Amino acid sequence: MSARRLAEQQPDSFEFTPENQAWLERQIAKYPAGRQASAVIPALWKAQKQHDYWLPQKAIEKVADILGMPYIRVLEVATFYTMFNLEPVGKFFVQVCGTTPCMLRGSDAIIEVCQKRIGDPRKVTPDGLFSWLEVECLGACCNAPMVQINDDYYEDLTAETFAKLLDDLAAGRPTRIGPQNGRRRSEPLGGLTALTEFYGADGESGPLSAAQPAHPAE
Amino acid sequence: MLQDKDRIFQNLYGYGDWTLDGAKKRGAWDNTKGLLEKGKDWIISEMKASGLRGRGGAGFPTGLKWSFMPKPDPNRPSYLVINADESEPGTCKDREILRNDPHLLVEGALVAGFAMGASAAYIYVRGEFIFERERLQGAVDQAYAANLIGAKNIHGYPFEVIVHHGAGAYICGEETALLESLEGKKGMPRLKPPFPANMGLYGCPTTVNNVESIAVAPTILRRSAAWFASFGAKNNAGTKLFSISGHVNKPCNVEEAMSIPFRELIEKHAGGVRGGWDNLLAVIPGGSSVRCVPAAQIIDTPMDFDSLSALKSGLGTAAVIVMDKSTDIIRAIARLSHFYKHESCGQCTPCREGTGWMYRIMQRMVEGRAQKKEIDLLFDVSKQIEGHTICALGDAAAWPIQGLINHFRPVIEARIESYTARADADAVKVAAQ
Repeated sequence: MSARRLAEQQPDSFEFTPENQAWLERQIAKYPAGRQASAVIPALWKAQKQHDYWLPQKAIEKVADILGMPYIRVLEVATFYTMFNLEPVGKFFVQVCGTTPCMLRGSDAIIEVCQKRIGDPRKVTPDGLFSWLEVECLGACCNAPMVQINDDYYEDLTAETFAKLLDDLAAGRPTRIGPQNGRRRSEPLGGLTALTEFYGADGESGPLSAAQPAHPAE
Repeated sequence: MLQDKDRIFQNLYGYGDWTLDGAKKRGAWDNTKGLLEKGKDWIISEMKASGLRGRGGAGFPTGLKWSFMPKPDPNRPSYLVINADESEPGTCKDREILRNDPHLLVEGALVAGFAMGASAAYIYVRGEFIFERERLQGAVDQAYAANLIGAKNIHGYPFEVIVHHGAGAYICGEETALLESLEGKKGMPRLKPPFPANMGLYGCPTTVNNVESIAVAPTILRRSAAWFASFGAKNNAGTKLFSISGHVNKPCNVEEAMSIPFRELIEKHAGGVRGGWDNLLAVIPGGSSVRCVPAAQIIDTPMDFDSLSALKSGLGTAAVIVMDKSTDIIRAIARLSHFYKHESCGQCTPCREGTGWMYRIMQRMVEGRAQKKEIDLLFDVSKQIEGHTICALGDAAAWPIQGLINHFRPVIEARIESYTARADADAVKVAAQ
């Protein structure tokens, strides 16, 4: 378990944008009548995204009002699930996976870069650009070590490629999400060992190979 | 080695087209109506005959699970819930299905839902898989647009598919915690009975299945139970996605026949162990929750449920974490203890307190700052947790430590001795000053 509390400095109010409000109503409609509480995680997530990636108390109360739930029930959810940031984070919020499969592949070096480049965990840099946190398994173990920055996974990192990635983000340069070592997904590096009949050894030359999008996440 | 034509996940690496058109070219959604017309009894008996055991870790026979659902009641709907909360350290196979071959899952949901009389499928995707969730939603939207699912679809069986997501809680991979979360609560596991098949989501009959178990179903039904059962040893049928991570030359996901020997799996697909086979220390063969197995025991072991349980480990999710001799095995397991401490939901005292307790001792064991008798104490604590909690997280926290002590006790003792020797030397130095 981890103890999680609301931030001391809180904004006075929170309102969903009309667009997000409409989105939320569509989410609620996905669940049976009277079961609108099911939408609490999607609702809090949308609120967090709208509010610079962290969740203020007023947003928690707003979600409770919309879903007809007691405040304490929504507060419980917000504090239980670790993806809800209860305090401000950097514009680029870096979550480093440090669980054993990533540790075996060198996440210590990634954490060291964070400490040098960004500073202590959970502290936003003075320019507001970065904050970081070591998190538990993000489920990309065949592409270890990896980090999640805001919504995106960056995988197959080294200390060098990761430091460059942070530089690129800080400078506003485009980045390539996904593996940073030339892999496409989680296939073996340097040539397929399975499905070659359909895609060729390079993945690009078989009868089922599709035109590749410019961006690996597309 | 498994031939490409016998691989179910033909777009595992995303080199093909993930959309409905691409999926159809690879054989998905091919005469699904014909499968449904054979009736739910036929589907369930084929699934039983195929020998498919659940791919989420526990290995419960899938066909049998489906047969537990009560007869449909017009006043009380039934639900299929698909567990895509893939969070077991080492496991990253469902992610590839969600983003590269999502139509196999959507079609599987319809077929499984029909077989168990469910009116809807809720797919619970872990919160961090944002792109994967959007991709899956894209596939669901395409299926609705093509009228493959929905209220009046071309298959003649009204069925809804809803994509839901979590927000970062490993415990929600436990089926009843997942249902709690889906109902909008903290993900705390429920006491069983009642089992979900009688009282599941919203108090209605529910079956919870792993992504891979559902996604393989249509192919099994199309190609026959006998085809699927022809792979793997008896009682361990089929093909299986393996996630190979850690100290191999080329970590990867791959679909292989069950019961493939460990050495063959690693040589053929992962480029061998880093530094060669003599450099292998140990393997965690089924995700972090199973006990590790030392090199000598695993090298020629068939990778399946029964062979690995005979080694007091397990196939789990088939997440193979390979550790070479450079690994600090105590630290590797201590990091898992941190994981379980962090992910305990806090509901049961033995787990809430015990996972922290074990982690703190493990931290000292990493340094060697402990006494040898504490090794037995630690083992004893792990036994106090195991089997004394509502869900299996307590067991999962205990087993890696038990595996470490069983197989690597001399390493722990040597660490303690070296720390003690150092401490003694320091004391002499201090005394001399």
